[in-house]
Amino acid sequence: MLLLTMAACGLVTFLIRLSFIAFGHHLPDDPRIEAVLRYVPPAILGALIGPEIFMIGGNLNATPDNPRLWAALVALLVARLTRSVLATIAAGMGALWVVQACLA
Amino acid sequence: MATLPIPLPYLMFDDSPRAEFLGGVRAELPLLLGVVPFGLIFGVLGLAAGLPGWAVVLSSSLIFAGSSQVVFAQLWGGATPPPVMVATVGVVNLRHLLYSAAVADYLRDLPWRWKLLLAYLLTDEAFAAAIGRLRDGPATAHRHWFLCGTGFTLWSGWQLSTLAGVLLGAAIPESWSLDFSIALTFIALLVLSVHRRSDAWAAIAAAAVVLPALVLPHKLGLLVAAGVGIVFGLLMRRFDGKKP
Repeated sequence: MLLLTMAACGLVTFLIRLSFIAFGHHLPDDPRIEAVLRYVPPAILGALIGPEIFMIGGNLNATPDNPRLWAALVALLVARLTRSVLATIAAGMGALWVVQACLA
Repeated sequence: MATLPIPLPYLMFDDSPRAEFLGGVRAELPLLLGVVPFGLIFGVLGLAAGLPGWAVVLSSSLIFAGSSQVVFAQLWGGATPPPVMVATVGVVNLRHLLYSAAVADYLRDLPWRWKLLLAYLLTDEAFAAAIGRLRDGPATAHRHWFLCGTGFTLWSGWQLSTLAGVLLGAAIPESWSLDFSIALTFIALLVLSVHRRSDAWAAIAAAAVVLPALVLPHKLGLLVAAGVGIVFGLLMRRFDGKKP
């Protein structure tokens, strides 16, 4: 079942990538579709980030003693300033370890 | 008269398949700095989410899309129905439609086997490193080899780093909280995807809705939250500046 589900996920991903390359002349060229598509990356990333920060071991923690909240804010700031994935990961992990040590 | 071709990089553009391919490899290498740690972390995290090692490694070639592989591992760990998993992975990777549309014109006259191969290799990083060459470089017959070079380099780096992550996985103590680097990768990608105020509103709305939406059955929360974010972004579009 795992293999089958994974293969289906791979097929869907491949077909999305193939779409315009193979069938571009058959696909609608509608600015409204383009407008919707532009909001997919920020919306899905926002939805992915929320639980990563606030759900710890299956429990909701949205209080100031959640170290991941502070580390995420540091990462957000560094990401805006540097626009570098690597610098964001480094700063966020560093911030998490510092805050965890302070709260311990 | 010499019969051997003499490379004259400043006078002639070398558009041999080999030169284009190597150009793609060179353009991709700096991006591996960000990709290899992500692959290592995905390897570690996939095991932690409850996937067997072979499945973590296999997902890197079968799905071959980092953030959706993380989501796949998380959803599998949470006993999600397979149709919801496929739909969620599809939505996470929907942005690749934009890449496919952007490169389609440059690949139009290629045979099918090339289209299939380059579609398989069309990731965020392979696209980002190749689009400049395709759009602004000379329109030569072998330019698709450049995209092949960026895609192949990224593919190799991703497979090897995932494998290394699975092998290292057991050795990294849980107290390092390395799983948090996944959230950090998403934060960095989010900031890079925000170009207008309404993009930020789409992300904020989705993040606000996703926590209460987690109580929805069959792990549909992620899809619902993304949908709310998209609608909210469209509504806030009128408050963006005149910038295109």
